[in-house]
Order: sequence, then structure tokens, then C-alpha cells
Amino acid sequence: MINFLQNLIDALSLGSLYALVALGIGLLFGILRLVNFAHGDFITIGAYSLILPSASVTATMVIGSWHWEALIPMVCVIVIIVAMATDILVFRPLRRSSAPTLMIASFAVSYMIQNGVLMIYGARPKAVNLWSALTTQINFYGLREPVLQLVTIATTIVLMVGLSLFLKRSRWGIQMRAAAEDFRMAQYLGVRGNFVIGLAFAVSGILAAAVSLLFLAQTGALSNVMGVPLALFAFVAVVVGGMGSLPGAVVGGFLVGIVTTMLQAYLPPDLRVFRDAFTFTFVIIVLLVRPAGLIPSRSIVERV
Amino acid sequence: MFIRTALRGLITPLLLILGVAVITFLGVLGGDQVQTSLTEMLIRMVVVVGMWIFVGNSGVISFGHVGFMCIGGYAAAWATVDPNWKSIMLTGLPDFLQNGQYPFPYAVIGGAVLAAVVAIVLGAAIMRLSGIAASIATFAFLMIVNSVYSNWDSVTGGTSSIIGIPTVVGPWVAFAFAAGAILLAYAFKSSRFGLMLRATREDEVAAKASAINVFRVRLAAFVLSAGVVGVGGALWAHFLGVLTADSFYLSLSFITLSMLVVGGLGSLTGAVVGVVVVTIVVEVLRALEGGIALGKATLSLPPGSQEIGLGLVLALIMIFRPSGLTRGREFRLPWLQSRAGVVVSNTAPATGE
Repeated sequence: MINFLQNLIDALSLGSLYALVALGIGLLFGILRLVNFAHGDFITIGAYSLILPSASVTATMVIGSWHWEALIPMVCVIVIIVAMATDILVFRPLRRSSAPTLMIASFAVSYMIQNGVLMIYGARPKAVNLWSALTTQINFYGLREPVLQLVTIATTIVLMVGLSLFLKRSRWGIQMRAAAEDFRMAQYLGVRGNFVIGLAFAVSGILAAAVSLLFLAQTGALSNVMGVPLALFAFVAVVVGGMGSLPGAVVGGFLVGIVTTMLQAYLPPDLRVFRDAFTFTFVIIVLLVRPAGLIPSRSIVERV
Repeated sequence: MFIRTALRGLITPLLLILGVAVITFLGVLGGDQVQTSLTEMLIRMVVVVGMWIFVGNSGVISFGHVGFMCIGGYAAAWATVDPNWKSIMLTGLPDFLQNGQYPFPYAVIGGAVLAAVVAIVLGAAIMRLSGIAASIATFAFLMIVNSVYSNWDSVTGGTSSIIGIPTVVGPWVAFAFAAGAILLAYAFKSSRFGLMLRATREDEVAAKASAINVFRVRLAAFVLSAGVVGVGGALWAHFLGVLTADSFYLSLSFITLSMLVVGGLGSLTGAVVGVVVVTIVVEVLRALEGGIALGKATLSLPPGSQEIGLGLVLALIMIFRPSGLTRGREFRLPWLQSRAGVVVSNTAPATGE
């Protein structure tokens, strides 16, 4: 029982990371019909922004050694700048392109960022020690959990509540939802298209920054492709949840996280190496049963 | 008059094959380095033309075709590698593969068939999804293939690669297969299925209303395309002599997709031209990374510029020439054009809403 509870908390913690990544991807998809492969690389940039460029294995922290109250906003700002820059340089000229074109363009951006990081920081993975205090375990009625898992879950809840308040209550949030519902109509009603899209990139940048810090604190290692697996799992989560629906993205993220952790815990050892193959097979099966995802979005239905 | 009509139908693939033949002939005259790049390019042409059969005609982007390349490559390697080595390293293979050794042509056929069979199973599942969801599902497929092939030690050798595959593929063999792929792709494009599939690309709803079974035509193209890409994988294995699962992953997926997009998704000519142009760009950047002597100083770009350069080229093409270098048109001779004018099926896919 204790064992199962421990696995459950691990699952929720991994699921909340995926949910945060999926939210960032789902937000842009809702407004722009952009499947943003580069989101994973925003995460990579957030993590790399903590250190100085150098070829050595142990990284020299700059921003990484700051107090967290200064560190978090700084990383957010850096990732937001990168995210908005990709919008202005690549996606804005492609506003009128079809969804497949945008998807390939974001694939190109992702490839460029990965190799840009490689060029600046070198190919070696680096070890980074961020917030090691968070890895201490707390004992709770026989349940031993690292504080970090709980922090991850709590951060996710705070960010999700914050995002949904922003979208429901604030003026800009309402404009974003209107744009996601019907972009052209929203523009006729006075919503500034490029502003709302820029805002969406900024919000997805904040989400990516949060994930980069939580993920880095967990793994302690930097590599130029570190964000890719996160983004790939999150894509699948977005599709499973229902493309264009934010609650769907969250549900999908948690589902993929839970399935992955439970497979890791309960698969027989010889099959454990195939965990990802099982996860993705499960995903394809879910899609067979519900091709539009678990929570289909109403606005995404193609109109004739 | 009859000959003229027949020629008009075949002129595009014949011109393309002729062009590729000229490039091959010139390349063969070059040194070893040029020949290697040339063979690599021709094999990629088989793969990209194979991808085009599905992606170009259906308009659904697939990230998973490199997975079929992996499947085809490994299947072919199982057939041709020395049984003594297989009995030590690949203990999980079925008996006929474990103890037998088959000639190269059988290996290629085996690669194509296995890839096509996997495509039938996968396609039956994901061709029901909408275009974008299907694209992401092909991504899931690529990750499944990568996860299985890099971990199933008793069959694929896992992370230690399969070695000792006979290297029988040179420029002319690769050229023959590229020519075959071009002919097959053009035949598919001109067929009833090709036309129906392009109709679904232009307007899915209207196509459905015209009694086109979207699922069936997409699945047919997907399977054929996977088979051709599987052949490409088999050629790749017999060109390098070594196979690792990780070489069939995101990077290769990116390069092959950019070849399609740079040339133009809308036409077979686009696929062929894209392969040639991207190969030239990559080779030039690679040479620059290696360093070029300018008088006394050597100018060299930092590592990674090859990839960034390719990404940049792709992004610029998409911004300034969204339907690719060929604008979705086929290559043909003006004096053989039909008087009736434009052929509807050759128009570029709609890129705007």
C-alpha cells in the first residue's frame, strides 16, 4: 500500500511536469493552430540560462547561484524573450500558412535551437546542482518522498489555477480565449492579433521556464536535447487529451505521466526497457477509441 | 500523335531519371568522397520519394517514415549478415534468419515487405485520425520503433550495432533503385488512387462528398510509401555495412522532411529536386565546417553550423516560397504540353486558409 502510494506520488509529479509542458503547447495550438516542437527547446534554454558557456563538465553557475526570488523571474524573462523572438522571426511571417507548414517550421526552429546550444555550450552533457536542499526526503507516516516531488505538484497546481484565473478573469485572458475560439471574428471585434499571439508565446515561455527549473532540480544534468523527450510526451498528451482543449492537455499530461510511472513500477523487469513503447502503444489505442481525444474541444471541429 | 500522348504521360519521370542519371555519371567521375556522398544522396532519394507518395499526395505530414527505414534496414541486415555472427549476437532471431544467409535482392524485398506489413497495422489505427493528430501519432510510432530497436538486444543487438553487413550498394545500384522509386511514385500519382488522395488533400469534405473513402486511399498510399522507404532502409544498411537504431531518429527525420519541403510537397519533381538541393547545401556547410583555406588563414565554421544552416534554409524557403522551389509543379517540356492547358491535379496544395 505504502509502495503504491509512493508510486502514485511519483506518477503525479511526473504527470504534473507533462501537464505543464502540454499546457504550453496546447495554448499555442488553440490560438495559432501551431504544433510547437520548439517548446521542448524553450525548456532547454531555461536550464542553460543558469550557467556560463564553457567546455568543462562541471558548469559554472551565474544566474544559477542567485537566490531563488531573483533566479525564477530572470529565467522566466530569458525564456519569454526567446519564445517571443521565435514568434517574430519565424512564425509571424508564416501567419497565413497551413498547420502542417507551421509544424515543420517549428521543427526547424527546434533543430536550430538545439544546435545553437550545442555551438555555444559544447556537446558534453553537464552536471548542475540546483536547489539540492529539495532532494531531501521527508517521512510522512512511513511514506518517504523527496520534497521536490511535492514542490513540483504544488507549483503545477499554482500555475494551473493562475493560468485559468488569467484566462477567465483578466481582459487579456478573455481576448486570448476569444482568439482561440474564432481568430478572425476576435480580430473584427478589436482584439489585436499579433499582441494576443505574442502574449500566448510569453505565457508558454513562463510555463517552459517553470518546467526547466523543476526538471533540472530533479535530473541535475544539462544536455542540448534535454527538452525533447518532455515535449514529445507532452505532444502525445495534447493529442490524447483533445487538441485545442486546455483541460484536455492537463488530463492528457497526467494520464501519460501516470501510465509511464506505473509501467516502470509494475512491468516485469525484462520488459521494463520497452516502457516508452508500451506508453505510446497505449496512446495509439486511446486514439483508436476516441479519435478526437478524451476532452474534445468544440472550436476545433472543422467547419465547412 | 499517339506517341506524343504516351510521351506526355511519361515525360516527367523520364526527365527526372535522366537528370539524376547525369548527376550520377558526373559524380562517379569524382573521388571516393564524392562517390560516398552521391550514393548517400541517391539512397535518400529513394526514401524521400517514398515519403512523398504518402505525404505529397495526402498532405498529411509524417514524422514516422524514418521508422520504416529502420525496420527495412534491420530486416535486410538479418537476411545478409553471416550466420556465425548472428548465432552469437542475435540469438532471438527466428530459425530461417538465424541459420540462413540470403542474397541482397531477397533482403531488399524482405525489408520492403516487413515495413509495409507494419504500415498496414499502424495505418489501420492512425489513418482514422485528423491530419494533425495523425502526424503526431506518427511521431509516437517513431519513438516506439526507436525504443524497441535500441533495447531488444537478442534481435537487434541493442545499442551495440549490427556489423558486417555486405556493402554491395554503390552509386549505380542506388541510382537504379532511385529510378525505380521515381517511376513507381509517378505511376501512383497518375493512378485512380493518387487522384482520389490528392482530392482529399485539397478538400477533405468535398472528397468525402464525392464518395471517396479517405481512410482507404490514405492507408493504401501509406503502405506503398512505407514499402519504398523500407527499400531505402535496406539500401542504407548495405551501403554503410553497420546499423544502429539511433541513426534512424529525429535528425534523419528532420533532414528527409526538409528535403520534401524545400523542393515542394506538391510535386514529385519537388521531392527529387529537394534531395539534390539539400544535399548540396549540407555538403557545402560540411566542407565549411571542416575549414577552407583562404590564402594563409583557414576559415572554418563552428560545429553545429551545418544543422543551423539547414534549419535556416528551410525556414527561409517556407517564408518566401511556401510551396517549395518547384512551386508544386512537375518538370516537363513546354512543347509537349497539352493544348487544353492546366492539369488540375498538378496545382500546388493550398497553403492559406
